[in-house]
Amino acid sequence: MSSAPLSPDGPGRNRFEISKLDLFYGDFQALKSVEMSVRDRMITALIGPSGCGKSTLLRCLNRMNDLIHGTRIQGKVLLDGQDIYHASTDVTNLRKRVGMVFQRPNPFPLSLYNNVVYGLRVAGVHSRKELDEIVERSLRAAWLWDVVSDRLDHSALELPLDQQQRLCVARLLAVQPEVILMDEPCSALDPIATMKIEELMLELKKEYTIIIVTHNMQQAARVSDFTGYMLLGEMIEFGGTKDIFTRPSNKLTDDYITGKYG
Amino acid sequence: MDQRHFDLQLSHLKERLLLMAARAEALINTAIEAVRTKDAAMAEHIFALDREIDRMEIDIENEAIALMALHQPMGGDLRFLVGAIKINNDLERIGDHGVNIAQSALKLAGEPDITPLVDIPQMSELALAMLRDSLESFIAGDYEKAREVCRRDDQVDSLKRHVLVKLSMIMGEKPETIGRGIELILVSRNLERIADLATNISEETIYIVQAKVIKHRFEDSQ
Repeated sequence: MSSAPLSPDGPGRNRFEISKLDLFYGDFQALKSVEMSVRDRMITALIGPSGCGKSTLLRCLNRMNDLIHGTRIQGKVLLDGQDIYHASTDVTNLRKRVGMVFQRPNPFPLSLYNNVVYGLRVAGVHSRKELDEIVERSLRAAWLWDVVSDRLDHSALELPLDQQQRLCVARLLAVQPEVILMDEPCSALDPIATMKIEELMLELKKEYTIIIVTHNMQQAARVSDFTGYMLLGEMIEFGGTKDIFTRPSNKLTDDYITGKYG
Repeated sequence: MDQRHFDLQLSHLKERLLLMAARAEALINTAIEAVRTKDAAMAEHIFALDREIDRMEIDIENEAIALMALHQPMGGDLRFLVGAIKINNDLERIGDHGVNIAQSALKLAGEPDITPLVDIPQMSELALAMLRDSLESFIAGDYEKAREVCRRDDQVDSLKRHVLVKLSMIMGEKPETIGRGIELILVSRNLERIADLATNISEETIYIVQAKVIKHRFEDSQ
């Protein structure tokens, strides 16, 4: 671990550059001129009280908000310099590059094997050998292979919750995303299962860029490199996690992390 | 998943403390050598070594505070981090005592000996062995060894008393040696404090490993 605190202005490549991002649900403004950058192969956490806009911001990054009727967006979200809200963006391809893990594990009611290969089959991969290889590689990367390799034909719904969540991660990894969005990925899990997912995230960041929304401030502190604190649709403070949790520059952030507010 | 990511960070902090202890030991050795050889240039070098230790102290303290803030450690992990912060401070103080010794060395440079230096090098050896063993016990979590280090503090104290008596006699007989005698007494006083700090490190180790407070003879009164 480096002793120098990470800074958004420090060295490293940014995957996402978000500037002056406003989002409206009808008349309600859920995001207000949000500025944030997301560093490659780092974990960026978004924290803040319920309704602060953190999940909304996360869903902007692979255009999941498009699915909500009456949503209007202004500002820019660049992924590797390309505006993902430009008319020419292939949204399906965007969601393949920027995958998502949800609050509750949502495996399909299929076998473990068919869960992992689902996206690949949709994408036209049918070679059994190729699929077998990807299943093993993805399950290994999600730390699930040793646990389930002898029962890949069992239903995914038989797995305990944390393994279901890891299966969802494996399903995501199978289509080789570049960025992984995690929306409260541990809120349905007990502390031991949570620790396993957190350790998995630390392993995954060697290859993937991860952005996590969490209600659990301690989780953000434990796993992330960068943290953004949001309140009422605004990004109050964004910086290196070590700085945010030891010497935040904004009083509002300090009030939140010390439990005086929120 | 054999080891928590947090454990790796704790090991890293341990390694940095070990490195700092090695620097502190080298500094004291150099300072005593400067007293023995009356080498002013060597004494000057101590100040640079101490600045490096001061920087290490700040880095380690920031690191330990960040680990507390980010991981909210409990039980043994919490005791380890609190202990590490105290040991960090003890090591920094040892560096300062080395600087004090170097200042005495500068004053003694070019002056004739008032007595052959026997007890002071021996005190230095004992104190530094205590420092090494206290750090080893901290790293290994060896509380038996830590207790043994605490018991050795008496030997250093008694040597210091011996130095004081011997130098007082010489100064009484030859008043022109008073200036140099006081410097040597100060050197022995600094070495005795270094042994005390090594004892502190051992006490911290016992607290970390066994969650027992033995300082201030607190254990005896229980």
